Amino acid sequence: MTSHATSPAASSAPLVTVEDLHTFYGKSHILHGVSLTVGPGEVVGLLGRNGVGKSTTLKTIMGLVTPSQGKVVFEGKPVTGLPAHTIARMGIAYVPEDRRIFKLLTVMENLRTGLDRAGVTEARKQELLAKLFEYFPRLAERRNQAGGTLSGGEQQMLAIGRAMMLEPKIILLDEPTEGLMPRMVGQIRQIVDVLHREGVAILLVEQNVPLTLEASQRIYFMEKGAVRHHAKSSELTVNDPVIHQYLGV
Amino acid sequence: MLAGIPWEIIAIQTVNGIVTGMILALVASGLTLIFGIMDVVNFAHGELFMLGAYIGVIVLATSGSFWIALVVSTLLVALLGAAMQISTLRPLLGRDPLTTILATFGLSLVLQNYALWQFGPVARKIQEPITGHFQLFYLDYPWYRLVIAGLSAAIIAALYLFLKYGRYGVWIRATTQDRVMAQAMGIPVPWVHTMVFAIGAGMAAASGVLFGPLVGVNHAMGLDWVLKAFIVVVVGGMGNLGGSILAAIFISLLEAYASIWVSPAQAIIVSSVVLVLTLLFRPTGLFVPTPK
Repeated sequence: MTSHATSPAASSAPLVTVEDLHTFYGKSHILHGVSLTVGPGEVVGLLGRNGVGKSTTLKTIMGLVTPSQGKVVFEGKPVTGLPAHTIARMGIAYVPEDRRIFKLLTVMENLRTGLDRAGVTEARKQELLAKLFEYFPRLAERRNQAGGTLSGGEQQMLAIGRAMMLEPKIILLDEPTEGLMPRMVGQIRQIVDVLHREGVAILLVEQNVPLTLEASQRIYFMEKGAVRHHAKSSELTVNDPVIHQYLGV
Repeated sequence: MLAGIPWEIIAIQTVNGIVTGMILALVASGLTLIFGIMDVVNFAHGELFMLGAYIGVIVLATSGSFWIALVVSTLLVALLGAAMQISTLRPLLGRDPLTTILATFGLSLVLQNYALWQFGPVARKIQEPITGHFQLFYLDYPWYRLVIAGLSAAIIAALYLFLKYGRYGVWIRATTQDRVMAQAMGIPVPWVHTMVFAIGAGMAAASGVLFGPLVGVNHAMGLDWVLKAFIVVVVGGMGNLGGSILAAIFISLLEAYASIWVSPAQAIIVSSVVLVLTLLFRPTGLFVPTPK
């Protein structure tokens, strides 16, 4: 890591700490010692060119890929090697790049996969749904429609909404605006703000630099499977040499 | 060709075909459910059918009630199925499908030989709970056969409602579509697999007890049924529950009609022909494409 050797995160204890993560796909060494932290309620961007290991970092934190070395600590407890469903129930939600909504399930059934957890009362379920439908009225209109029949933007709303049903402390958000119309991009931007206001932390992987700079408080830059640099978003501009160096834009 | 056949015979064979089709649908539903969610071709399914029938024999002898035997056998074999999945199949998750085929084939041999060792080669009898008959044209047709068809339909309908509306039903369907994302949504996928295997095993056992009074119970009784059930699962579209039910009735009707002209043993050729034609021309299933 270069210039900012110490994390500029808030002084409180980090919500998620990733330390020296090494991950392989078969014989391919994808992550070469990724380290980062996300504070409670903090929006942190993860930028880098295609193929540098951003999505793999999220998958490894989520427990969908097992690292060969390093650890992930969530709220002070190590979660490395735990099954993904246990990690999800601890409070980490994942919205993948390709959305992966359950296409043959209706919108409501997709949401129920996150809602039908032990200890969630019927009243709380209704409350969570009402709040979601307030943010995403389109989902309320299409609640009985199969997920696969929704437009790309609606599917993205559903993927985020489904994650919100888990009442997570952090959402790992992988390229939420990819392939969306500008109007939809604005809506995703708003929902990131709403989640931030509600105290939900977000680790945001994006190609959209202006959006990431606006939405996040800190940014990590990845190159060749490792974090090479990080900085406060307020210290960066779209034309910053750092952005050029790590994204080539 | 149909011109010379009295219509009563066609009607009787239609009833026979539907009755056999419903029991076959019950066996095949469990098989296709397990394949759909776990990608496991369960070669031990016929032995779960057979074990269900044997447990039915034992419980019937001790309790005197066919219905208690049906429920107890279903529950016990479901528990056994869960234990089999946890001990044998769960460790193989994500491995080459061939390993699960070999594992379930091994289990089928163990269960079959265990039954032979415990119960011997002589077939046992389950007394049917309803012994009355009704007049179906020139035949005294047993009410029990219609009861089997009705109960099988009821069990399949209950499974459908559970999958459609139950909390665990939604989990099962989500896991069938995307195992990885289901996990990321907090669904305990390994336990969903165990639950599905237990449900499939319980359904096989229920069909074994229901069908026991018609054929007699012996250690090899599962073989014929599981072979037919595999044909049904392929013809209906691997992992497609609705397709399997339609295929079970379709194939059983075809066999019933064929046995107007040839012996029932030869009529089985019809289902093999349907299997080959399906594999050649509609490998995703005869009726509806497999929703994957």
